[in-house]
Amino acid sequence: MKMGYYPGCSISGSSREYGESLLAVLRALDVELAEVEDWNCCGASAAHNLNHTLSLALPARSLALAEQQGFQELLVPCAACFSRLAATRKALMADDAKRRQIADLVELPMKNIPVSINLLQLLQRVLPENLKEKLRAPFDYKVACYYGCLLVRPAEVVEFDREEDPEEMDRIMEKIGAAPLDWAFKTECCGAGFSVPRTDVVGRLCARILDDAVSRGAEAVIVACPMCHSNLDMRRQASESHSGKKYTIPILYVTQAIGLALGLDAKQLGLQRHIVPVRLSAGKSSQILENAPA
Amino acid sequence: MARIGVFVCHCGENIGATVDCARVAEACRKIPGVAHSVDYKYMCSDPGQTLIREAIAQNKLTGVVVAACSPRMHEPTFRRVCSESGLNPYLCEMANLREHCSWVHEKSDVTTDKAIDLVAMLVEKVKRNKPLHPIKVPVTKTALVLGGGISGIQAALDIANAGHKVILVERDPSIGGHMSQLSETFPTLDCSQCILTPRMVEVAQHPNITLYTYSELESLDGFIGNFKTRIRKKARSLDEKLCTGCGLCTTKCPNKKIPSEFNTGLGMRTAIYVPFPQAVPNKPVIDREHCTYYTKGRCRVCEKVCPTQAIRFDQEDQIVEHEVGAVVVATGFTVKETDFFPEYGYGKYKDVINGLQFERILSASGPTLGEVKRPSDGRVPETVVFIACAGSRDPAKGIEYCSKICCMYTAKHAMLYKHKVHHGQAYVFYMDIRAAGKMYDEFTRRAIEEDHVQYIRGRVSRIYERNGKLIVQGADTLLNAMPVEIEADLVVLATAGVANEGAEALAQKLHVSYDSHKFFVEAHPKLRPVETNTAGVFLAGACQSPKDIPESVGQASGTAAKVAALFSMDELTREPVVAVVNRTAPPLYSTCVGCFLCQSACPYQAIEREEIKNRNGQVVKTIAKVNPGLCQGCGTCVAFCRSKSIDLQGYTHEQVYAEVMELLS
Repeated sequence: MKMGYYPGCSISGSSREYGESLLAVLRALDVELAEVEDWNCCGASAAHNLNHTLSLALPARSLALAEQQGFQELLVPCAACFSRLAATRKALMADDAKRRQIADLVELPMKNIPVSINLLQLLQRVLPENLKEKLRAPFDYKVACYYGCLLVRPAEVVEFDREEDPEEMDRIMEKIGAAPLDWAFKTECCGAGFSVPRTDVVGRLCARILDDAVSRGAEAVIVACPMCHSNLDMRRQASESHSGKKYTIPILYVTQAIGLALGLDAKQLGLQRHIVPVRLSAGKSSQILENAPA
Repeated sequence: MARIGVFVCHCGENIGATVDCARVAEACRKIPGVAHSVDYKYMCSDPGQTLIREAIAQNKLTGVVVAACSPRMHEPTFRRVCSESGLNPYLCEMANLREHCSWVHEKSDVTTDKAIDLVAMLVEKVKRNKPLHPIKVPVTKTALVLGGGISGIQAALDIANAGHKVILVERDPSIGGHMSQLSETFPTLDCSQCILTPRMVEVAQHPNITLYTYSELESLDGFIGNFKTRIRKKARSLDEKLCTGCGLCTTKCPNKKIPSEFNTGLGMRTAIYVPFPQAVPNKPVIDREHCTYYTKGRCRVCEKVCPTQAIRFDQEDQIVEHEVGAVVVATGFTVKETDFFPEYGYGKYKDVINGLQFERILSASGPTLGEVKRPSDGRVPETVVFIACAGSRDPAKGIEYCSKICCMYTAKHAMLYKHKVHHGQAYVFYMDIRAAGKMYDEFTRRAIEEDHVQYIRGRVSRIYERNGKLIVQGADTLLNAMPVEIEADLVVLATAGVANEGAEALAQKLHVSYDSHKFFVEAHPKLRPVETNTAGVFLAGACQSPKDIPESVGQASGTAAKVAALFSMDELTREPVVAVVNRTAPPLYSTCVGCFLCQSACPYQAIEREEIKNRNGQVVKTIAKVNPGLCQGCGTCVAFCRSKSIDLQGYTHEQVYAEVMELLS
């Protein structure tokens, strides 16, 4: 049974490299995914602020389709989508009347709503014990694992890892040879959806995150959320103009770091799509440098 | 023919607004055997009681049903009224129209119908009630006090000064409890040790008090006035009679790096140790978990240096047994550790400490001798942030309640810090300042106005370390949730006060109930605050809920008064609701066949064996017999009996069956 895959809009747009690197890594690990057919927008950031029923109905339609297509589990790599899909499942499984109401609305039956899992949960399961032996270029860098606000929250919905001080991404990084740092901004806000209307706020928040990571000697920030990536990477200029400092630290998706460690091609991992060039210090894994874009 | 009186109470609006009381009284009048039926606004009031008294006399009533509130509330009241009117009190029953009917239903005809059913059932029962007589039991005039903190000390002294014997049991090597750890006490700022240690000495020297320190309750059996207790005296590993408390062993012990419990881990102690210099008794114990002799089999330095040869490495735990008449539970509380707070670093920052630790830092007898120095590097902190409600009043952390003492001790901490570090800056993050109490609000105002402690109303969202400073991130909700960031040298969390570890197990040993937070539960939150639901077991201090010193002392004295009142009688009267094994004429003697299933089922060891002998003295039959002193009337034996030979007085098969039949008819 293949695992269901709900890419969400970011992966089809601004963060294509997340999807590309995800598929490349999972291919290398022999994990098969099947995209949910005809999935739709999860409503993240907007719907649940405007209309409660809509905020349930949007994810519910995709979940109902996934159920109809025979999936029991869905990989949802975007943290915002994951949060909405998981919260919707929890709300509907706990309330039969609500579930019937939403099922009527989306015109699809809902009985055993598939469980959504985030990328960390999947990697925890599929990364082999002897991964270190398979690494062609251990990712031996000091990294700051940035979880953002939604990956492990709210705790009662996600029921995974420690909500205030999560650790799973750090463990995954250790498995590929990286040295995760103890730092203070693991779950602090990046500004999320304010990226467009209030770029100045995003700049201020991201500058604090980058400052702390850099001051503790991080060589890369690792993320598992398209929104976090956009704000830390794409809005780099806003951060720099806020703090008056230059930051060269690259922002990598978990899957890109794993891909590099497995020796996958930089292009396959979409490294060239970043705004901040992925330049990692020389002398460690020469192979990465060869593959890294200019 | 029975002549039952029915008295329907409105309980003001409580019943009257929902149930048609007049219709209930009228309907009951028609029940065969009911000679009198009336309703009245407050049956428990003086005129209401007179109403019953007169009706009993005028109508020659043979039984009474009061349809009112729960029997837990007023059954004793109405039974006393009957008794005063010459009617056996056990011929009076209560139909619970309030909790079982009016409070849980809407006003309707059906609700009134239910009320009528409830009364009719009790009428059928009372018709079959028999006069019963209270059981008299003797009282052992010795109290067992569990816990040697300020509550236990106060209760023990008050009971002992009333002329009764007290056995005081303390788990730690010394009495004194949390109060002995405190620096100064609010709202007067007098030194905690100075007011406590004289009382500790008084306990040790009191002729009526037997003190067992480093001891724990093993078991408690029996019932009010007649408990049997077993106490485990943990091995101190020395002969207390020979030890003079000279302290040579503790200075010579080579194992000096054990975190001191008394100093909340901020100081070190030796493996053979006295928790603090003013300890009572001032005699050491060997911590066998850390002692080199017990872990590695060699050392014995203390044995070599002891001038009186008091060390006993082979000493074993000892069990002592006592008979006591009452138990005071004063086992106290504890505070959450800083690792309870993920957002504040899971306890990984040395300079994020809890309130009890800061008490030790402030204390003249503490690890820094009263100088305010932070744990990480011993520097004097220039900026200290205090966080109130760390865990308390936070449903997300599972602690919804207010820990009550933190607002006051946080104000005290900030004040004492400012007194010691004049140029330092103290901040307090708070939700509300709860300073209700004599001179309490004035005290917190003084901290703000005279000592210039900065109070910020808001929560701290995160603490992290940057360049040797603790960055405290929060919001000021009085300034429109403006973000606040403070670079602190020391952070003190007023962590929630919680039940002691093992509180649950202790409650089960004592047969007292506990709430979802493992605090022991009083019999009534307002009117019986020091009693538990187990007769003869009383509460004092923070084992019931977090309390400050004045409140703990007040409650302890209250408890002592209850114990003294209990001991003022030579005999106790107990409810005759006990199980009885039937007896019949020979040759059967009883329908009991002597299977003794009841004996194994009885939780109170109340079932004995009775041999029935013929006139020649030969045993013809062995049957069960209930010891009415031990029986608690739970009825378990009744349910177990295969030959229906045991019945519960006041709740016989016949009575209960009649009630059920009435309901179904």
